[in-house]
Amino acid sequence: MKLTGLSTSLGRWLDGSGPASDVVLSTRVRLARNLSGVPFTHRAREEQLVMVYSSVLSAVRKTPALTQSLALEMRELTPLDRQFLVERHLISNDLADNGKLRGLLVLPDESISAMVNEEDHLRLQALASGFQLRAAWESVNAIDDELAQDLDYAFSDELGYLTACPTNVGTGMRASVLIHLPSLVLTKQIGRVLQGITQVGLAVRGFYGEGSQIMGNFFQISNQTTLGQNERETIDSLERVTKQIIDSEQRARDELLKDARVQIEDKIWRAYGTLRHSRVISSQEVVNLSSAVRFGVALRIEGLASVQTLNELLVRSQPAHLQVRAGRELEQRERNILRAEYIRGLLGEGGSVPVSRSN
Amino acid sequence: MQCQICAKRPAVVHFTEIVNNKKSEYHVCEKCAEEKGYHVPLVKTKFSVGDLLAGMVEQPGSAEEARVGRVQCPKCGLVYSNFKETGRLGCSECYPTFRSQLRPLLRRVHGSTKHVGKAPVRDAARVALRREVQRLHEELQKAVELEDFESAAGLRDRIKKLELNDVRAIGGGN
Repeated sequence: MKLTGLSTSLGRWLDGSGPASDVVLSTRVRLARNLSGVPFTHRAREEQLVMVYSSVLSAVRKTPALTQSLALEMRELTPLDRQFLVERHLISNDLADNGKLRGLLVLPDESISAMVNEEDHLRLQALASGFQLRAAWESVNAIDDELAQDLDYAFSDELGYLTACPTNVGTGMRASVLIHLPSLVLTKQIGRVLQGITQVGLAVRGFYGEGSQIMGNFFQISNQTTLGQNERETIDSLERVTKQIIDSEQRARDELLKDARVQIEDKIWRAYGTLRHSRVISSQEVVNLSSAVRFGVALRIEGLASVQTLNELLVRSQPAHLQVRAGRELEQRERNILRAEYIRGLLGEGGSVPVSRSN
Repeated sequence: MQCQICAKRPAVVHFTEIVNNKKSEYHVCEKCAEEKGYHVPLVKTKFSVGDLLAGMVEQPGSAEEARVGRVQCPKCGLVYSNFKETGRLGCSECYPTFRSQLRPLLRRVHGSTKHVGKAPVRDAARVALRREVQRLHEELQKAVELEDFESAAGLRDRIKKLELNDVRAIGGGN
């Protein structure tokens, strides 16, 4: 199986390093690019998609920082493997679903990846652990410059990088942080905070869970606009706002502890106990319970799991990860049992599955 | 379960409140939750090109809308009405083709219609030159308004010189 490397390793962005990693799980910066003279992916003919794929592949091969990258063509992967990559934040559902020639190029540590023939010909992404907007921008920017030596990007002086959707035209950049805000949710200040975010031209959405449902207190905050501001200004403003949100999370946390320390601690330890000892557990339960434990880690409660372990648990207990690990497709009932076993192993209750930990 | 406030609609928002170490649980319907300010309407912040476009097109069925809808990109053949349905343009040539329709959309989405970010390495010098010329033009405008003709003359010379470079750059590049 082509995924082997990725399925046994754990991306660097999950290692719990990086500033404020108890609040900000990860940072992502992606750039949308198209090749000049070729219709956008959804209007391109098969031979044009082949041309795009081979041009990008050849440019990547010539870029020293990317020589180690794996090339995965979507059509050659099983639906399960594609779902694995979606869960890993490396491809979109859109890239996974389509029967056309689409690919993923990714460094083994997952710090840089590129989707080819998604909505745009090239979606270049840097993924980093914790709150590292500038570092992520700088690394994706450097790669973009290298690739531009070889690729002729569709660009206009007036409108910048031309993209299939006009919401991306200009810088083509979407920078985002995945942030965990349990105190703001518990103290019900989150609505006000989120409203504030949208008023300053940023977008926010609940991360795990659909529509209005908030799961696990995770939110993704990203820039909404790509014209009228350069990349650095956009990064700086997202950074400023994120810092303010981290501060208000901290204040809400202090408030909560003042009013209800014992209740909060009780909730956290009960969540930890459930994770550590359950025999059957759903994905949704894992997201919610591990959110409580993560909150405990942010509160500096001793004796809980590390941020890295919590990240690993969140990503690796997802359905496709469990099935790739088991080497076969599993019914939901089986998955819930296997998931509980895996988590017990990870948290040290001594489940029956040997746990392979990277690093 | 029914809403604890109105006792009419089903309870879909569930939460726990802790005040002075006392814990209370609430189960309310979406409407009451929103009225009480408990509900976080995440869905409303979700943003769709379709909605935006729907808000800015002319009266549905108008002759103007029908005409604009038929405008076609000479390069990829995409017609404007197709863009309105999908929110996706067909190729880079669609941008100049649908320029007048896209401008209000871009302004609404981004608050601007101007790229000020990076340029591909091979275009970077030309783009920098263009931006400098534009900046000088704005300065020139100001100088003229202030009747500072000496500065204006100097600026005009610099612009001329840069524009000459631009012509050379375009002739040599691409």
